[in-house]
Amino acid sequence: MQLMMLLVTPLIPALRRYAVSLLRDRSDADDLVQDTLELAITRWHQRRDDGSVRSWLFAIVHNLAISRLRQRRRRGGSHLPIDDAQEAVLAMPPRQEAGLQHRDLVRAIDALPEDQRSVLLLVTVEGLSYAETAEVLGIPTGTVMSRLSRARDRMIQLMDGEAAAQRPALRRLK
Amino acid sequence: MNERPISENDLQAFVDDRLDPDRRSGVEAYLAENPQARARVGRLMALGSDLRAVFAPIAAEPVPPQLDLARLVAARRRPRVPAWQAMAAALFMTVGGLGGWVARGSMQEGTSGISALAQEAKANYVVYAPDRSRPIELAATDRDEIAHWFSDRLKRPVGVPDLSEAGYHLLGGRLVATAHGPAGMLMYDDKQGTRVVMLIRSYGDGGDVPMVDHIYGSIAGCAWVQRGLGYSLVAAADPEVLHPLVREIRRREAGAT
Repeated sequence: MQLMMLLVTPLIPALRRYAVSLLRDRSDADDLVQDTLELAITRWHQRRDDGSVRSWLFAIVHNLAISRLRQRRRRGGSHLPIDDAQEAVLAMPPRQEAGLQHRDLVRAIDALPEDQRSVLLLVTVEGLSYAETAEVLGIPTGTVMSRLSRARDRMIQLMDGEAAAQRPALRRLK
Repeated sequence: MNERPISENDLQAFVDDRLDPDRRSGVEAYLAENPQARARVGRLMALGSDLRAVFAPIAAEPVPPQLDLARLVAARRRPRVPAWQAMAAALFMTVGGLGGWVARGSMQEGTSGISALAQEAKANYVVYAPDRSRPIELAATDRDEIAHWFSDRLKRPVGVPDLSEAGYHLLGGRLVATAHGPAGMLMYDDKQGTRVVMLIRSYGDGGDVPMVDHIYGSIAGCAWVQRGLGYSLVAAADPEVLHPLVREIRRREAGAT
């Protein structure tokens, strides 16, 4: 138990962040991370010794989150409306300019296919290695790389689209 | 020295700063000669730092107490609360939560008398009627067993009224606890899904008490005593909806010997 406390405790803030970024609801995310920790406590001795504790825990969070998102969809709740969700759930940066950029970014993440979103978040935000990400998602590293590449290009595309849509039509002054 | 051509994977790993120094300088050389690839890689790197900036504050928040690992471990070591205790706690909390309702009842007649009957029915209604997974323990198909169970615990014959003529179909029932001993709870619903809960328990020493209406917000209850059995009906409806059911039950019980 001592070892578990030592290894798991420092990871909790990041596990919570990953859960929030997938579920977009802090209290759902906290419940999910609590379930994760309960599972980790009971299954601590069943985990593979060769795998990393970090990817083991992220995998539990990921799988619980995916099944919760499916439940939400089945119940017809689908995604929270973006405008409500992002501002209430993700802390808004104080500056307005940064706020707008932040909004575009969150919108673009929401528009990504689920499998690309997880890869992008795990690699970029959580800083997991490609091998750890593959372990979390149960896919080959090659698949991680191709999803990552597609996710990034899609993000740029979406954000350019957003920016273009928000740019006011130029008025010609003569 | 980098004979191997620069691949898409190299560019991604360059963005994530996960290349060994040799390969990195190879990618740098490639980007120096390819302005288009350079622009793209630049944007991908900026995207990464923007994403980190958006999500970083969440990991910086204090971890809520519910995620305190030491507490979770300690909680596992303690024996689990038996289900019935949790249920009793839920019941008390519900009664407590109905503060206004309870207070009014107790001002009139205390937690005894006919208002206690209505109170008990309402507490059970609030707990069980919205329960999606198991509002009842025995289903309508076990009608005889329900009657036998209730009769056994209330120590006198108790029937399971048929209200289908009034448009309400039996879902089933369960035995519940009250401050005045065991009570039989029956649940009915109509085609619109309106649920009615009926509670039956021993009351007094065999006499009758006329029916009293209780209206609390959107929930109505009717309670009466018939030959030493206390009855109460509760639904999220007007008392007028309950009255035909009350008449039906009273008529049947009066007819039974």
